[in-house]
Amino acid sequence: MRLELRGITKRFPGVIANQDVDLVVEPGEIHALLGENGAGKTTLMNVLYGLYQPDEGEIRIDDRVVTFHDPGQAIAAGIGMVHQHFMLVPVFTVTENVMLGVESVRGPLGQLDRPTARRRIIEISEAHNLKVDPDATVEDLPVGVRQRVEIIKTLYRRSDLLVLDEPTAVLTPQEDEELFEIMRSLKASGTSIVFITHKLNEVLEIADRITVLRRGRVVGTTTPAEATRESLASMMVGRPVELIVEKTPAHPGVPVLEIHGLVVRDDRGHVAVDGLDLQVRAGEIVAIAGVQGNGQTELVDAITGLRHPVAGTIRFGGTAVRMEPRPIFEAGVAHVPEDRLEDGCVPGLTVADNLVLNTYCRAPFSHGIRLDRDAIERSATELVANFDIRTPSVFVDIGDLSGGNQQKVIVAREFSRPVRLLVAAQPTRGLDVGSVEYIHRRIVAKRDEGAAVLFVSTELDEVLALADRIAVMYQGRIVDIVEPARATPQLLGMLMGGSLPLESAAPAGASPAVAGGPAT
Amino acid sequence: MTDELRAAPVPPASRLKGAARSLLVPVLAVVSALMIGAIIIVLSDLTFFQRLGADPGAALADALGSVWTAYGALVTGALGSPGTYLDAFASGDSGQIAAAFNPLSETLLAATPLIFTGLAVALGFQCGLFNIGAEGQLYLGAATATFVGFAVTGLPWYIHLPLAAAAGFAGGAIWGFIPGILKARTGAHEVIVTIMLNYTAFRLIEFILKFPGYQREGRFDPISKVTEATAWYPPLIEGLRANWGFVLGLAAALAVSWLLFRTTKGFEFRAVGFNPTAARYAGMSIAASTVMAMMISGGLAGLAGTSIVLGITRSLTSGISPGFGFDGIAIALMARSRPRGIIFAALLFGALRAGATPMQSATGIPIDLVVVVQALVIMFVAAPALVRGIYRIRVPEATGYEVFSKGWGA
Repeated sequence: MRLELRGITKRFPGVIANQDVDLVVEPGEIHALLGENGAGKTTLMNVLYGLYQPDEGEIRIDDRVVTFHDPGQAIAAGIGMVHQHFMLVPVFTVTENVMLGVESVRGPLGQLDRPTARRRIIEISEAHNLKVDPDATVEDLPVGVRQRVEIIKTLYRRSDLLVLDEPTAVLTPQEDEELFEIMRSLKASGTSIVFITHKLNEVLEIADRITVLRRGRVVGTTTPAEATRESLASMMVGRPVELIVEKTPAHPGVPVLEIHGLVVRDDRGHVAVDGLDLQVRAGEIVAIAGVQGNGQTELVDAITGLRHPVAGTIRFGGTAVRMEPRPIFEAGVAHVPEDRLEDGCVPGLTVADNLVLNTYCRAPFSHGIRLDRDAIERSATELVANFDIRTPSVFVDIGDLSGGNQQKVIVAREFSRPVRLLVAAQPTRGLDVGSVEYIHRRIVAKRDEGAAVLFVSTELDEVLALADRIAVMYQGRIVDIVEPARATPQLLGMLMGGSLPLESAAPAGASPAVAGGPAT
Repeated sequence: MTDELRAAPVPPASRLKGAARSLLVPVLAVVSALMIGAIIIVLSDLTFFQRLGADPGAALADALGSVWTAYGALVTGALGSPGTYLDAFASGDSGQIAAAFNPLSETLLAATPLIFTGLAVALGFQCGLFNIGAEGQLYLGAATATFVGFAVTGLPWYIHLPLAAAAGFAGGAIWGFIPGILKARTGAHEVIVTIMLNYTAFRLIEFILKFPGYQREGRFDPISKVTEATAWYPPLIEGLRANWGFVLGLAAALAVSWLLFRTTKGFEFRAVGFNPTAARYAGMSIAASTVMAMMISGGLAGLAGTSIVLGITRSLTSGISPGFGFDGIAIALMARSRPRGIIFAALLFGALRAGATPMQSATGIPIDLVVVVQALVIMFVAAPALVRGIYRIRVPEATGYEVFSKGWGA
């Protein structure tokens, strides 16, 4: 299918989300749509998908003008969309989810024709290497597989053009690779793909052409051969962007966080952190690298008091603290949580309220039980300016801000008080280049002020750029601690995968807190 | 977002606009409900159909006339009529003036328990709790207040009344504590527990009312002793039934508003209500908030009970509330859980209730019409999209849908 968007303009009250956007997707092309959060990528795709009507402009499919009043018409025209947040019924099987809305029936009573649907699903999944068990219940499937179910859903509806809205935001590096394989296979079969993202490496790896949006307008269209990470980043942001974090060598001081023999169970009762030892000193950034699901979440939960360890000790600055969130905060620990909407902020409350979410019960924000609204508002206004939070006012519901700005609210809240230890879990997940650069700089600044930083990320680039020491976590233990100078993506990749490279069987005693060998 | 959206203080004009916008749906809901009520009045008149064939014009005119009369009676029954007020003031007779204010007094009287139960439910909503048990808590509060009202004697009113009202608050709070602690400790859903506790409360009241020392001497039906006059809410104006219970209701609304939006506890309630995980991350205790919110909610419902037994009936029977606790849910929804809105919603419902009887005696239209109108108001308020659709109102760009509760599965 050849898709052409011509002069699409979409206005919302007070905002022009898309202005005069042209986009051509050739048959069998992977076309990356690149832009910061709020640049208008999703709006554009919603126009294409019939969720919004464009104020101006037209959509052409194979040189025929089409109008979609609802997604049903878009689907009928062969457009399939995989949303960032999956639209699946958790308690249904894969087959049932795929059939949903286009159920085929058999027999006089109109029973669901599961066997036929199941056969087609297997055909589709074999054709494009979309490994899925058609009889599995969706709630039991990992995120990467759920995404494949969404892709199968669109192919089951015979889509010729697939829109993937930030598909890699929820995936591990391995799953990314698998997704790219699937995309190449789809492309080979003639399916066009619009790939929405803000990750530059992925774009350069997979796209045939790249269109960059900024503030609702097309900045330009280019190809991976002509573009570099730097050129794409500056197109997106509108100014040159530092992709490499500028930082001086660390001057580690006294240990701030000391963990010994920590054992933590996950929600299902399995041991997720298995006898872990780690030390983080003042003035250094220790990055925890690892594939998602190797106990990082549970480790951070234990350090911040959200989960009670089964065994082991955690000490802050040599003193034992009651392991509940509030005493830990009061001991000078800041926490940027992994899931910002789930843990980090309260949609429904204003930006100002979210900025005092864990300091509301202290002066100057309250006296006794009375909240000081003026003090809260003053501090919020100041933080919004200092941390460049883009919001119409501090009284706006935080749920109405973009993801990057929500994260800035959390960062502003956590970084703006005296901090001895900063625990940042995936602080840049789902954020655009500008915000990532910004948050990296803030983290380094915190380190230079003398804070100890524990930084968890599944993205190797980020780990390599930011860390003073890299602790690789595998199956609940720190398998090795590597100096960034010595670390290569290959070495880290192997360690993260659980294999200890031969030459580092006895890791250079550079680190005081090397723990156990590879888990068996 | 773009640069144009950088932080700027909200100008007062746009705050006013916001307030107008939040009033729009409830006001239109009331208007729509009254219009449908009018259609029902017309259609329920059989002669209308008989005459429609003969003389449609006259039939329609008559129909409009009867709607006008009915709603006129409803309004004067709830607010009084200008003529009566003028005559009364002209006469200068205090008895006559009081009589002129009687409809308004009845409206305030009917609104009083609704303010309390509306606040009770709204406070729960703000903490993510759906307190369906306001009815039971109301009865418990009424029982404890009645007991203090008749058992304690010889106190001056300024000690006895606060004591009895406090006992009512405590009685409701105890009944709210049970679902609160069960939810905090075991995760038992408060909807189920409070529904069940309503039945428990009704039976408990029947038991208490037969209890020697509580039951009125010489009576065999379930009725309590008469409370001491020192425990009664004094009338606002001598000769009228509206009393200081209403003022206490206004004060309670202010207090709840202050608690929710100006105190650390209220901040915790709302944070827990919107996102318990983040509240826990921020160091708040979800269990403590749940228990405390349920207790205050129950206590407010208990005060609704006191407004009846210490304000109207002077004693307790098992029939003191025709469902004020459940009306509280509707009022909280209509007011979107805002304390100030609850005052207005309760006054509206109170006015409908107070005007219904005069309307029936003036026009023969049954009181049930008012119940239908109330139900329609709730329906329209609960479905803002319907109202916006009817009146073609554009959805505001920042769709601020209130989250009332975490739903059944939470």
